[in-house]
Amino acid sequence: MAQVATRAPRSAAGQPKKSRIVLLLLLPGMIYLGLFFITPFASLITTSLQAPVLGGGIGQYQPGLEFGNYGFVVNEYMEQIVRSFVYATIATLLALAFSYPIAYFIGVRARKHPVLQGLMLTLVIAPFFISFLLRTFAWKELFGQDSWISNLLRDSAILAQDQYLLGTPIVVIFGLTYNFIPFMTLPLYTNLERLDTSLLEAGSDLYAKPTSTFWKVTFPLSLPGITSGTLLTFIPIAGDYVTASRSFLGSPNTAMLGNVIESNYLRIQDYPSASALSVMLMAAIVVLVSIYIRRTGTEDLL
Amino acid sequence: MATEFVARGADLELVGIRKEFPGFVAIENLDLKIPAGEFFALLGPSGCGKTTTLRLVAGLDSPTKGKILIGNKDVTTDKPHERPVNTVFQNYALFPHMSVLDNVAFGIKQRKVSDPMPKALEALKLVELEHLAQRRPAQLSGGQQQRVALARALVNRPSLLLLDEPLGALDLKLRRQMQVELKAIQMEVGLTFLHVTHDQEEAMDMADTVAVMNKGRIEQMGAPETLYERPKTIFVSKFLGQSNLFVGDVAESNSDSVSINVAGNKITVPTKRAEKTTGKIAIGVRPEKATFHEDQAPTSAAGLNIIGPGEIIDIRFTGVSNQYLIEIPQIGKVTVFAQNVGKSPVTELGAKVWVSWKVEHSFGLSDLPAENGEGK
Repeated sequence: MAQVATRAPRSAAGQPKKSRIVLLLLLPGMIYLGLFFITPFASLITTSLQAPVLGGGIGQYQPGLEFGNYGFVVNEYMEQIVRSFVYATIATLLALAFSYPIAYFIGVRARKHPVLQGLMLTLVIAPFFISFLLRTFAWKELFGQDSWISNLLRDSAILAQDQYLLGTPIVVIFGLTYNFIPFMTLPLYTNLERLDTSLLEAGSDLYAKPTSTFWKVTFPLSLPGITSGTLLTFIPIAGDYVTASRSFLGSPNTAMLGNVIESNYLRIQDYPSASALSVMLMAAIVVLVSIYIRRTGTEDLL
Repeated sequence: MATEFVARGADLELVGIRKEFPGFVAIENLDLKIPAGEFFALLGPSGCGKTTTLRLVAGLDSPTKGKILIGNKDVTTDKPHERPVNTVFQNYALFPHMSVLDNVAFGIKQRKVSDPMPKALEALKLVELEHLAQRRPAQLSGGQQQRVALARALVNRPSLLLLDEPLGALDLKLRRQMQVELKAIQMEVGLTFLHVTHDQEEAMDMADTVAVMNKGRIEQMGAPETLYERPKTIFVSKFLGQSNLFVGDVAESNSDSVSINVAGNKITVPTKRAEKTTGKIAIGVRPEKATFHEDQAPTSAAGLNIIGPGEIIDIRFTGVSNQYLIEIPQIGKVTVFAQNVGKSPVTELGAKVWVSWKVEHSFGLSDLPAENGEGK
């Protein structure tokens, strides 16, 4: 990838005729980015600075430079902001814990059995064949008040008679983990699929027990896969507004940032607050991700 | 820890080893004993089971049948990390995410030996790479990586060091140099080396004992000189160097010599150098032991095999010697090497020549070539 990227401008500089073709080829992408990323982003930022129209009705705002909007939303929605990142962290770690063995099995152990490998990969991807909303809705039914799961838990006294599963943090985190597991499994799989097993043999030959070989060899070599997997799950989970919403697995007590933004936009019609929260969510993720990538130092590995 | 820190080599003994993979048998029935401190080479073409043997000893595969003993201790069911054995892998298998020094220290750190780093640095000094200790393996050349792999194994002072064609990826010059170094290191540290290779020169050059392996069996085992001077089977005679082979029915046989008749030519081998003395047998001679004579047949004398006349059909100049290919009617092609000692070759293509060699240089084989007659 990097090679392709560095080669393109060099040949473009050498031949002016070709550079025009390169620009022409880039144009659709540029237009797309301009229309669907830059424009909404600029609009989001200006909206986040809007001030209410004096004496106006609900949802009426005028352009302004109301930076106080940001302070207001931080104070008002601190709980949901923290909850978003806590849930996202827990769900990401759970997804990693579930995905690693699966990805290892498919990518390393099943290498000699391509049919099994293909079958298991299909199973990982299969949930995508059904809409994300439908699947979450199905879980809502499964965790519903009179579902067999709830009844079983009540009968075995794990759940009190007046307790519900829906709307609890456990079920919301479960739903988040479930919905984003394939985004963790697939990058891990592509990484582990390339793992040179002779390195594992070398580890055991050099007196390392299987567990030490894992922590000293397999795990560090799979860090690039772990990094891309955690990014691909953490970012969408932090902004997810379906799983934790009251219409699906959540309750007001499990509301996340996405739910707050949604209700500000669509219910309260407080567009500046919703925009300010969106901008902050983006900024927070960019900062966290850069620190994370810096820390894991994956560029060193490849 | 099952392994103690030993500084001396140990015996390796394989008893009745059989290894089956789904669909084929890699090793049929292998018995092998390597005394401590020996440099032992397992030589054979690819697919003969030599790498499988090595993996069985290392514990990376387990035998279908048989026992593996290291220093008289049965290790057949021990896991690789429990065996006092280290391997220099064919592809080196250096850990790409660690520095050269960390790679070398890996084994002794796992065994919780005190002062791992100074010991690792010491091992790097042995292979003259201490100046590259902080580099990553990917930044080293093939020869340097090979030496790191060697240091990483040697630092553990294993009872037994396994080398899986470690010089295979190197160019000829570096290879020669590494052969010398490897041999010197083995003499210095006194460990038992089991070296797997398909390069017969490498095996003969470095090993005290060579075992020639073919189709999952050991064809012949012995000192390099013995193997070369007295191969016992067709396979060994052709895999280890080149041979001219002649097949015929035994015409005369007594306690001193055995002679066969090949298209009217009498070819004799000393009885003590013959594996078989009755029926149809194959007798061979090395190309450098044979000479040719122009114009007229040499006077036949006792102790000399003479065949011909034939015609020189090919001459190759290889630097140290000239190689002549002589076609003898009804016998086939015979190769003769003549050392290049400064006399310009006067022999030309098409010359009519006789080939002779001393009877004591003949060797009688136990089996017959697959397709009749032609020696090479």
